[in-house]
Amino acid sequence: MLKARVIAVVLVKDATVVQSIGFRRYLPVGRPDIAISYLDRWGADEILVLHIDGRPASPETVASYSRHCQVPLSVGGGVRDAATVQRIIQAGADKIVLNTAAYDDPALIGQAAERFGEQCVVVSIDARRGMAYVDGGKRATGTEAAALAVGCAERGAGEILINSIERDGSKQGYDLELIRTLVGAVRIPVIACGGAGTPEHMHAALAQGPAAVAAANFFHFTEHSVILAKSWLAAHGVPVRLDSYASYAGRELDAQGRLARLPEEALDHLRFRYVPEEVI
Amino acid sequence: MSAIAIVDYGMGNLGSVANAFARLGVPCETTADPAKLRSARAIVLPGVGAFRAAMQNLRSRGLDRALDEEVRGRGKPFLGICLGLQLIAHDSTEHGFERGLAWIEGHVDRLSPAEAQPVPHVGWNELQPVAPSPLFERVAPGAHFFFDHSYHLRCPDELVSARCDYGGRWVAAVQAGHIHAVQFHPEKSQRNGLRVLRNFTRWLDARGC
Repeated sequence: MLKARVIAVVLVKDATVVQSIGFRRYLPVGRPDIAISYLDRWGADEILVLHIDGRPASPETVASYSRHCQVPLSVGGGVRDAATVQRIIQAGADKIVLNTAAYDDPALIGQAAERFGEQCVVVSIDARRGMAYVDGGKRATGTEAAALAVGCAERGAGEILINSIERDGSKQGYDLELIRTLVGAVRIPVIACGGAGTPEHMHAALAQGPAAVAAANFFHFTEHSVILAKSWLAAHGVPVRLDSYASYAGRELDAQGRLARLPEEALDHLRFRYVPEEVI
Repeated sequence: MSAIAIVDYGMGNLGSVANAFARLGVPCETTADPAKLRSARAIVLPGVGAFRAAMQNLRSRGLDRALDEEVRGRGKPFLGICLGLQLIAHDSTEHGFERGLAWIEGHVDRLSPAEAQPVPHVGWNELQPVAPSPLFERVAPGAHFFFDHSYHLRCPDELVSARCDYGGRWVAAVQAGHIHAVQFHPEKSQRNGLRVLRNFTRWLDARGC
């Protein structure tokens, strides 16, 4: 069966990965290539890189992301025309992410879908109180996020990424009502984003029925973040892919997704076995 | 030994396929040159995109004829990936009706999962091998691969080497002699995908290609 996806989002501003809080504050995290290679190693189901300084990623930059990425790579941010879509996909992206352009120039969705197939086109919608905003949350569209999503799906979008501006960086959990509304509105896969603070939040988000949960900040600050989150989800009955070099099967994880200390008897007898990595 | 040729027909992400072979240390070359297709040890046709645009691109570059000559005419080993699996069918109803390369009996239609699940079928799904295939040696049944498609291949059962389950048991891989094709993306399926690509090159070695 198809598994629920856990997608790692990498926000890039001036060639640096940033942490985003409410779409207003951006704090530096580190180098994009390092983030991507670790997220890939930790078994993220997909990696989604968004450039948030108004300009699209250059082909050289996309190629550098692709080199470290053995899972599907989506790239977006500042994409406004068909030529840019083509450049980014041919440079190594598997999917293109359209946000402001999907609202200002919806014909672009169809153009991208005709050329590259609808499965390549992700429309990303940022919402406050259920209403869609563009230009990094600065410009109100006056349109409901769900209605915009329906229109974009009709135009050929393959997936919708729904992001809560209010929850962004809050670590208070996803906007469950927003997710539920979007899932009910469209027949294409929905990716939920914004507000993850614990694996429990992801669980609650997935219970609303989207095909995937995404998070940015959540994955950038702890070792094995993706593996731990997925292990927690699997232990709580969510069908996810667990395919990385580290396994936490049988280990206890608390509500924050942290590993519980092993019992003293186990620690006393703990031995390490060297398992060489398989050469394929 | 010559390289594996990855067909460049202006359709999208070739870099990931080339990167995957590079990770395996297997020489490959992306090309649209029929002479390079002629000298290659095998041909890989990747594809991210729409069937009609892809066939138009192949035709306008004369690559449909070049591929026909090499793969069907000279029996050159072939691996189609994603759209590359659909293109070898007779036709597709994506964006109307378009003829394919017609190398295998088969037609491409829109996915219609039984419980009205979302389309495209996108994400990691379990591969179910249904017939022995060199591509799936050392690949456990149920191993996860990445799929991303809105259309699927319908073809005779005897060609099918693997299926996947998404509101229906769709074709995930076919083999017709020296022609292999997979619906999933081995270049985007981490270690399982690399195993499949390594199996392909081992199969080439065993054939003396």
